[in-house]
Amino acid sequence: MNGAEILIDGLKKEGVDTIFGYPGGVVIPIFDVLYSCREIKFLLTRHEQGAVHAADGYARATGKVGVALVTSGPGATNTITGIATAKLDSSPIVVISGQVHTNNIGTDAFQETDMFGLTRSICKHNYLVKNILDLPHVLKEAFYIARSGRPGPVSIDIPVDVATAKLKNYNYPDDVKLPGYKPVLRGNPMQIEKLARAINVAQKPLLYTGGGIVSAGASEELRQLIDKTQIPVVVTLMGLGSVPHNHPCFLGMPGMHGRVAANKALVECDLLIAIGVRFDDRITGPRHTFVPNATVAHIDIDPAEIGKNVRTHIPVVGNAKDVLKDLIEKVKPRVKNSWNERTEYWEEKYPLTYKKSDEETISPQFVIERVNKFAGPETIVVTDVGQNQMWTALYYHYCQPRKFLSSGGLGTMGFGLPAAMGAALGKPENQVICISGDGGIQMNIQELATCAINRIPVKLIVINNFYLGMVRQWQDLFWDKKYSQVCLLHSPDCPDECRGPNENCPPQYLPDLVKVAEANGLPGYRATSFSEVDEVLKKGLAHDGPVLMEFVVNRLENVFPMVSAGKPLSDIMMGD
Amino acid sequence: MVEKHTVIVTVLNSAGVLARVAGLLSQRGYNIESAIGAPTENPEIYKISLVVAESKEHIEQITKQLNKLVDTLKVVDISHKDNYIVREYIILKMDVTQKKRVDLFNLIKYFKAHPIDITSDHMILELSGNPRKIDRFIELMKPFGIKEFVRSGEFAMAEYQTPKKGEKNGY
Repeated sequence: MNGAEILIDGLKKEGVDTIFGYPGGVVIPIFDVLYSCREIKFLLTRHEQGAVHAADGYARATGKVGVALVTSGPGATNTITGIATAKLDSSPIVVISGQVHTNNIGTDAFQETDMFGLTRSICKHNYLVKNILDLPHVLKEAFYIARSGRPGPVSIDIPVDVATAKLKNYNYPDDVKLPGYKPVLRGNPMQIEKLARAINVAQKPLLYTGGGIVSAGASEELRQLIDKTQIPVVVTLMGLGSVPHNHPCFLGMPGMHGRVAANKALVECDLLIAIGVRFDDRITGPRHTFVPNATVAHIDIDPAEIGKNVRTHIPVVGNAKDVLKDLIEKVKPRVKNSWNERTEYWEEKYPLTYKKSDEETISPQFVIERVNKFAGPETIVVTDVGQNQMWTALYYHYCQPRKFLSSGGLGTMGFGLPAAMGAALGKPENQVICISGDGGIQMNIQELATCAINRIPVKLIVINNFYLGMVRQWQDLFWDKKYSQVCLLHSPDCPDECRGPNENCPPQYLPDLVKVAEANGLPGYRATSFSEVDEVLKKGLAHDGPVLMEFVVNRLENVFPMVSAGKPLSDIMMGD
Repeated sequence: MVEKHTVIVTVLNSAGVLARVAGLLSQRGYNIESAIGAPTENPEIYKISLVVAESKEHIEQITKQLNKLVDTLKVVDISHKDNYIVREYIILKMDVTQKKRVDLFNLIKYFKAHPIDITSDHMILELSGNPRKIDRFIELMKPFGIKEFVRSGEFAMAEYQTPKKGEKNGY
């Protein structure tokens, strides 16, 4: 067998059913094998970045490893944003790139880039396969590393002559030999005991859980712990869905755009039980101000996360699922106390509010509320990045894990549509809704054609405020309303210094997204007034196939609650 | 408090492993004062000795991140361990006139440094020893006129210890 055949055989053995990618010169030998391969579906995206986000969306929705295949040079460099996105959100993907002939490596050959060097800092691990003998074990290792421990992206760079080289006596290895890589799954019993004791005596305990619960498939165990102990829980963006929104102990998402109750609970708790989270600065604010009154316990599969950002008193290294199982046995049942009452009081006193739409303008939050109304618990919601993402995180009601997919760590605009495409292919039985902004949708808009031509039924919702809204919000609140380069209506006729929408704003918005949808072969519907919202949603969501629904919303709406950058979580702005 | 730490990283001898280790430190904003990498008695295993000037908390984070690399077998910060032998090697080129030679030779003898090359107005010396000895030697050589020097950076080895029962004498 040659390298390309071994590669495809290895992918089959790893259970890969879909590859996202784009061909090019040095990967033709691999595409030649794919040509007659019926077991693996290949999705030709319109850009390599789309392919990697799609593989990422597939991985997040299914829990399986997503695979992207691209060529060398520009094909490889176009994957960088996607790989970094997957790294920051611990998403298991394997990105296979072609490379120039081994004899030409280092000569600045046509379409040569140092993929091994480029991806080193944004991958969990990476490989340059210079010898066909290494290919089988590299493949085996790549998939194992991507999916085990704390998941993450792995890059494999394969020179064209390795893809064509022959290997006699090929056998796909049964196991990996990685003496330096042994993720710890079971937590240290002494540490778990210590944590259980801390929980038993805490007056104001708080759970702070994230993507690690989703990766470990530990939602059920988390729910059992909450039910046994009645400890209130805040859930990060990456963890949304792992605790049902209507659970009485659920306080919502904390952080910069967190729910008031969630942030107040963080400020006042005396024991913080962090599970599968990484104390991101968008959650903690200035680190020294975070959980000022609390003993911090941190359960994480990645020992390097413990103590990285916040001092930890009770570290437990292990898989969330295994540790939770052990912990549930050791904690004493706890009944609701005045602390629970206090968090419930905050919940009631500080609900999410926004100015309701009048007949003229649509509030973006209202659109999310209506999407919520029409979608079911099995619906997978994918967001882009910015205000649309925060409104969805706040107003959409998540019930299940792996149903909310969003670029949390890297905050990659353009993630939404291709990731939704990947999720739809991975979970054909689930409805997939993508919620994007007018900025983000234009960053990978080429994938509309991919959806249409392959009949991938992504329901694309664009919240259009004609602004790069999140940056505009910061300029509004902290930069004296100097709306520098955030208006997508801005034309040479506009004044140099614009302070917001006025009667002289250009009437025409480009591109016309409904026409873009139609040009790409899918229906486009637009709502510009309050009364049209339900109509458009009903029509769009009922459509059998991909569809674009555009909601022209109040241009100056801001996301609240908000804690300004650099301020402690106690300093919450509620908006008007 | 920032102080120098010597960190010994034992890794698999895989392609690009030195770049992985060095890149990891620069990626996270840490400066490497010196780094030596070389194969060991086992051709599959490679040892890298790093000297990093950082606070205790940062060093802990560095060792955790280094441990996270798939190719890493072991990371030890030996700075506060007395069961390690730490050595460094230096070559100095001195500008020495005949007049000063006697004084210089006395010092060289005391430090057990070796003259490698001597000309009428130059001298090249070599010295190995613990890093403090090397620092001291440089200080003392300065008044004689150092033209240039090259230091190897620190490297270290654990003292021999009889393995305890049941303990594997690995890496």
